[in-house]
Amino acid sequence: MSASVLAQMATALASGKVKCVDLTNTLSPDFPVIVLPAEFGQCAPFRMEKLSRYDDNGPAWYWNNISMNEHTGTHFDAPAHWVTGRDLPSNTVDALPVQDFVAPAAVIDISAESAAHADFVLTRAHLENWEAQHGKIPPKHWIALRTDWYKRVGTAGYLNLLEDGAHSPGPDAGAMEFLVHDRDCIGLAVETVGTDAGQAVHFNPPFPAHSILHGNGRYGLQCLTNLDQLPTFGALIVACPLKIEGGSGSPLRVIAMIESV
Amino acid sequence: MTDPLLPPKRKDPLKNTMMGHVAPASRSRAAKAMAARAAQGRLVLQSCATCARVTYPPRDRCPTCWGPLDWTDQPTGAVVLAETTIRATTDKFFRDHLPWRIGTVRMDAGPTAIVHLHGDVAVGEAVEMTLKLDRGGNPALFALPVKETPNMQDDPQLRVFTASPKHRRVLVTDGRTALGQETARALLQAGAQVVFLGNSDRLMRYNGQPEIEAEAGVEPVTLRVTDSRSVQELAAQLGGRIDVVVNTALHTRAGTVAFGGKLTDLQEAMDVEVSGLMRLAQAFGPALSARSGDGVNAAAAFVDVASIYGLTGNPGFAGMAASAAARMTLLHGFRHEMQQTGIRVMSILTGPIDDGWHQSVPPPKVTPAQIARAIVQALEAGQEQTCVGDIAKNLMARWQDDPLLTVREENQ
Repeated sequence: MSASVLAQMATALASGKVKCVDLTNTLSPDFPVIVLPAEFGQCAPFRMEKLSRYDDNGPAWYWNNISMNEHTGTHFDAPAHWVTGRDLPSNTVDALPVQDFVAPAAVIDISAESAAHADFVLTRAHLENWEAQHGKIPPKHWIALRTDWYKRVGTAGYLNLLEDGAHSPGPDAGAMEFLVHDRDCIGLAVETVGTDAGQAVHFNPPFPAHSILHGNGRYGLQCLTNLDQLPTFGALIVACPLKIEGGSGSPLRVIAMIESV
Repeated sequence: MTDPLLPPKRKDPLKNTMMGHVAPASRSRAAKAMAARAAQGRLVLQSCATCARVTYPPRDRCPTCWGPLDWTDQPTGAVVLAETTIRATTDKFFRDHLPWRIGTVRMDAGPTAIVHLHGDVAVGEAVEMTLKLDRGGNPALFALPVKETPNMQDDPQLRVFTASPKHRRVLVTDGRTALGQETARALLQAGAQVVFLGNSDRLMRYNGQPEIEAEAGVEPVTLRVTDSRSVQELAAQLGGRIDVVVNTALHTRAGTVAFGGKLTDLQEAMDVEVSGLMRLAQAFGPALSARSGDGVNAAAAFVDVASIYGLTGNPGFAGMAASAAARMTLLHGFRHEMQQTGIRVMSILTGPIDDGWHQSVPPPKVTPAQIARAIVQALEAGQEQTCVGDIAKNLMARWQDDPLLTVREENQ
């Protein structure tokens, strides 16, 4: 009698045939957060205050108070994050269907393009060309943009905020319409600080990834790491945001399960 | 003339560090009232409301007519009548600083007083009287030459009544602002050996960065006052080599209380200005305290820059004023703690600064360079509290005269 799917999975995990890859950056006060123009409210960085560490404030235990924005560090964007998704039902992290938190990924490697041009814009034509080489993107996939941007973490080049704004790769509206409406993606997963390009405020519409993803009930995953360890198809992403009442997003631990070859 | 103060040699690691002692502290309420005025750099004595006699030392009633006494500003002239040099004492503070020269002066204000003498004044000469605070926070009359003499600031007796930046190593907490950068420049100009210049985000450029980081004597350091670990790490590394801390971290945002004020702005201001001050105090206070008697570059002072509106509130900048108030209150407690060990806790109170966050405020505004000069002057004079600019000076004068009225005036 053949074992159940989950039993097979458990065996594969135990044997190492299925491997877990950590796609999460470490939450620390050093990790950069998105910087908005000064007149807007700013994203709070991660902060931690020791409550006790085996000391007079708690002799046998160690724990910290922490604070941060919902969009600090490696984080999940719910549809309610953007004005386009404001009226969707169940659009906050506490109300999302948990079934969506485990989903396969299609990894699109634009690392060479991004290295050559920090403002590289992913277009529909680029995606169609990609599909001609790698095959059609199935529905309900995370579209993971491998840019190798995570290798810039710890340098000024990660946010890459110059006097004319941030410079980092991202999609245009055509690419997003294609991924959402023609490929029914579950969301966009990126290594950069936002799903949108650094210069996306100047796109039409502005911030097309946020605008189109969230306006159509799709999600964002940002500040990921190690996307270069994932296969083009076949990785399973586990991304469970915290169940924050009415939350627009959440820092989270993201892992990918991949099969060893 | 005074011998110029030479840069100190590096410490001999085999020698004990000299502990910092403070002069005897137990004083009367009247002496504390004198200290409160000395803290502002005023030369005051008590004058009788009935017979107008000016009297010293501090007492509770007029020695002539038993009338009530008021603290009044006095002319600063005096003549030295006699002098003596103390060569032996059981007092720990003065024992560290022997020989110590004192004298009797006849003040233009009337009284004859025993005072500390600058090395460049002699019997029979006219002197300029100043009222200073010793390192324990007690008022003390100090006679200075009437005209500036060579190396006057370097007089060893005067130096223990000040926190002059000369040859000292200073931490300026926020170098990302024009205020922090101008402060660093002014301190180096005044002879500071090095300025460690805090940067809360080493990955994010800031205006003026290439210029200030290229200045000789400026050493950039990573310091986030909102992050206990960052503050503790810097203190762990450099605490023993920092003689003066100047906290220029401010978080100014416009906003009211009920109509349009942003709670997140208030929270951030509290974290930067109030919790930030406490983090700095906890990390650097003990290290400064341990070195208040450590020779030429003994640890000397902690200077904090805050908004004058902490006294009254401000309708357009309610959160900023609230954080300044909390900051001032915390500073009072910190000052008391540090007085036990001979470190001066100084306060620089400013009106609106001419920066990007005060664009809606009409002039007069205070330039960062003005505040920087005030910080250096406060250190050189050992002055505990300084108001910078016309707005702050005017507000302080009105507040001292009638605090409740001033609160009403400022919140119209």
